[in-house]
Amino acid sequence: MHSNNGPDNNAGSPAQQGGDNHLLHRLYELQQQFQHIPKQAISDLATELNLPISQVESVVDFYSFFHRTARGRYDILFSNCTSCGDMAMMHKLCERLSVTPGETRADGVVSIAETSCIGMCDQGPALLVNGRTLTHLTNRRLEQIAEQVDAGTPVADWPVEWFRVHDNVRKNGLLLSTGFEAGSGLLSAIHQGPEELLEEIVKSGLRGRGGAGFSTGMKWKFCRAATGDAHYVICNADEGEPGTFKDRILLNSHAHEVFEGMTLCGYIIGAQKGYLYLRGEYRYLLPELQAVLKRRHKAKLLGENILGQQGFNFDIEIIMGAGAYICGEESALIESMEQKRGIPRVLPPFPVTKGFLDQPTVVNNVETLAAAAQIAVHGSDWFKGHGSDKSAGSKILSISGDCTTPGAYEYAFGVSIQRILDDCGAEDVQAVQVGGPSGTLIAPDEFERKLGFEDLATGGSFMIYGKDSDLLAVVQNFAHFFAHESCGFCTPCRVGTTLLRNGLDKIVRGHGTQYDVDEMFRMATLVKRRSHCGLGQTAPNPILDALKRFPGIFESRLVNSEFEPHFDLDAALEEARQISHRDDAEAHLV
Amino acid sequence: MSEANNNTIIIDGKEIPFTEGQTIMDAALAADIYIPHLCHRPGLKPHGSCKLCTVEVNGRSASACTLPAASGQEVSNNTEALTEVRKTITQMLFVEGNHFCPSCEKTGDCTLQAVAYHLDMLDGHFPQFYPKREVDASHESIVLDRDRCIMCELCVRASREVDGKDVFAITGRGVDAKLIVNSASGKLADTDITTDDLAAHICPVGAILIKEHGYETPIGRRTFDLHTIAEPGLEPVILRKGKHADEH
Amino acid sequence: MSTKKKVRVATTSLAGCFGCHMSFLDIDEAIVGLIEHVEFSRSPINDIKHCDPDCDIGLIEGGLCNAENVHVLKEFRESCKIIIAVGACAINGGVPAMRNHYTLKECLEEAYLDGIGVENPMIPNDVELPLLLSKVHPIHEVVHVDYYLPGCPPPAEAFLKVLTDLLEGKEPSLPKEILHYD
Repeated sequence: MHSNNGPDNNAGSPAQQGGDNHLLHRLYELQQQFQHIPKQAISDLATELNLPISQVESVVDFYSFFHRTARGRYDILFSNCTSCGDMAMMHKLCERLSVTPGETRADGVVSIAETSCIGMCDQGPALLVNGRTLTHLTNRRLEQIAEQVDAGTPVADWPVEWFRVHDNVRKNGLLLSTGFEAGSGLLSAIHQGPEELLEEIVKSGLRGRGGAGFSTGMKWKFCRAATGDAHYVICNADEGEPGTFKDRILLNSHAHEVFEGMTLCGYIIGAQKGYLYLRGEYRYLLPELQAVLKRRHKAKLLGENILGQQGFNFDIEIIMGAGAYICGEESALIESMEQKRGIPRVLPPFPVTKGFLDQPTVVNNVETLAAAAQIAVHGSDWFKGHGSDKSAGSKILSISGDCTTPGAYEYAFGVSIQRILDDCGAEDVQAVQVGGPSGTLIAPDEFERKLGFEDLATGGSFMIYGKDSDLLAVVQNFAHFFAHESCGFCTPCRVGTTLLRNGLDKIVRGHGTQYDVDEMFRMATLVKRRSHCGLGQTAPNPILDALKRFPGIFESRLVNSEFEPHFDLDAALEEARQISHRDDAEAHLV
Repeated sequence: MSEANNNTIIIDGKEIPFTEGQTIMDAALAADIYIPHLCHRPGLKPHGSCKLCTVEVNGRSASACTLPAASGQEVSNNTEALTEVRKTITQMLFVEGNHFCPSCEKTGDCTLQAVAYHLDMLDGHFPQFYPKREVDASHESIVLDRDRCIMCELCVRASREVDGKDVFAITGRGVDAKLIVNSASGKLADTDITTDDLAAHICPVGAILIKEHGYETPIGRRTFDLHTIAEPGLEPVILRKGKHADEH
Repeated sequence: MSTKKKVRVATTSLAGCFGCHMSFLDIDEAIVGLIEHVEFSRSPINDIKHCDPDCDIGLIEGGLCNAENVHVLKEFRESCKIIIAVGACAINGGVPAMRNHYTLKECLEEAYLDGIGVENPMIPNDVELPLLLSKVHPIHEVVHVDYYLPGCPPPAEAFLKVLTDLLEGKEPSLPKEILHYD
């Protein structure tokens, strides 16, 4: 009884949770078929899935990739991330194809809009066209895309190299350099037995790689001890933090480790079912991931009596997200899996006791599960031998922004920021956003600080801003991001992220005063302190960090007056000028 | 200040008993201590969304309506700092919607307004959002004016948990979130709501109103013209007022 | 007492209904006491057209619906040490802001072209007429406001209380009994 978001009994049957009948999957099919979700289809689907119409409707409206009005047959979404986005390119393509940003061209052929970071920060600028990822954009490529659209060529027939996504692993560490043989972790697990393996995981000091850093072993222990009709393992592959893309690489090239980590977890906590919740932006990974699952079935690494062990049953299904950053929050992710809006639950109870379908559930990050699989093979000492006291092992960083070699870098915890900057060829750095917008913005005098839970925690995002970057524009970008991604459940975050966004916009437009800065600080503090979940509690971080470390970027834009109007007075007369055809001096406000 | 024993918490220095399973809000209400709230109503599942009941528990911010009471908790409630926070949150609710009290039938009976009075709120402070939201007057006895909705989901929960129906839901995301009803047409008239439903009466603001009973109680004699929201035991009064407007 | 300089008060109604002014006048005989300490600058009560440059207190009724409202508000802000937003419309736009649901074009067409009983339909258009803002706004969105006096209208006692407080050099405050938004 802790969902904030709909009836506890409307999650659908367990059978409905995976596969083709999951509401998110059905809506995706409809969106593909009609370029939107028709009203009639909503009622039909509600009847078929035995869900309230309002529940289906609310899901359609919640996720960015579902629409009530038709998108173009070519639906193009430019990332608006500071690393893999390029809004100038979006406007250029809009102009070339005569499209108003955010809208569908009158002939229904093409629509162009922006979307939150699509995880291509090491190979941007990037976009999604009908859900497929297109990287390394250039002006030439934009022209070629426009020609394909003009010619009506189906996206499936566009040159395949346009869609190539590279791993860009620049520095191998503990996980990425250690080979992994599919099944080796499971053999070791069966050999050790669940209790002993659990102790190994606890001893290893492995902590959650999503950024929060809860002990993985303890999480599994709590879940194992919890009673329920069933236990579940969920792999959180909703990697939505702008600047993060390391899970993309793990899922692309280390899927066996991830799936094996899930299976091991199932073995330990007594779960027979696991789900991988994959962000919609990574749909291109789906076919290969499903192929890996099939191969694992064939090799008896999934299914019934795994590796011949009587009663060791475990299966994995993949659930596709549909464009909602909040679903990276584990309880929101569970709500989403239960075919609802991704609204974070009231905690406690935590998912380890009451998670998916109110049953004990472990939710782990992709990297955490991959590490667990390696620990099963190599033991806790092998893992603990790396990193620092409180932060055992290594961390894979997604490095992007102003550096010569963006990509994935794996370091033992305890590495300094300066060392990382040196390795990726970043010079004249103005600031680094460690852990993405929800993390910490640091200045050069802090570059000797170290990565780790005891100092700078990070889920992996590492965005570098050189001396020529407009840092205020970066902070503004993040403020827009959080206002767009706020789920709307609690007042501080729902209203506050919009107020913060508007406040920053005012300052960037050159109409801000010291009063506006003071107001923003007050609001940022309230949102951070009083919001319901991690999104709201971290959304003001870029503003608060920038005010503290880079006050000059605000001050230089302020006007020297006590108060400036909150809206553009002259623009507010434009509608009346048009109606009256007046343009005399009295028809303007300065 | 005495040390809290096994079954007490301390609210603003006062020792309050609680029973297992109670939240801080439950314990406070039982002890006639007012903690401002909008999305909470005893008997319905705690929600924790409006954040008006924000308190400090051993120095940490928490929602009184969802946090289970536990011995050893020292709760700050009626402090100047928290009043300021709650006033700001109330102002956020006001500017987010279209709350024109003089033209609203709920005025004087409105909990949002009463909470704002309690917090000495004089203005909305922030720029108005002026959202464009739909009015649904399709139902013969009930009108839905979304301009005044504060997303507390009391109607959503009342319909689901008490009425055994599923008439209301919140759709959308962030500041675009809005109240919808469960029917193919999207109209209230096509749902199974009736005026006997708790959901038809529970709205703390003027978003859900019963038709043809407007102004039966004249302004000046309404609930919060006669009482303050902080008065103990007012909860049932507010509700009864809704159910039987002609009783007063 | 009579040697002491009187406090200068200016008042205006922007996008309001003058109801707040009517309520102010409801202080009845109390105005006799008040006038000992107060003299009125620009106000609809005396028809003075512009504020003295050194007014002490400006009472603003109504929100902003057109360009002229903005000019008047700015004059008040420049001339008055203290600006008080009086009434629901000044504070959140009030009833006039209910037109914000519609575009300006829709409003004008309904009022002057398509509405029931409209004769000689045409949208008035003269340089003498101030242009309408696309939306009605409360005054604190355009100038700094020092104090707020809510109510529709605020009761006469509220006017008296706030002015008396200010005359006595105190921070104005409203007792809960007269704090009302309706």
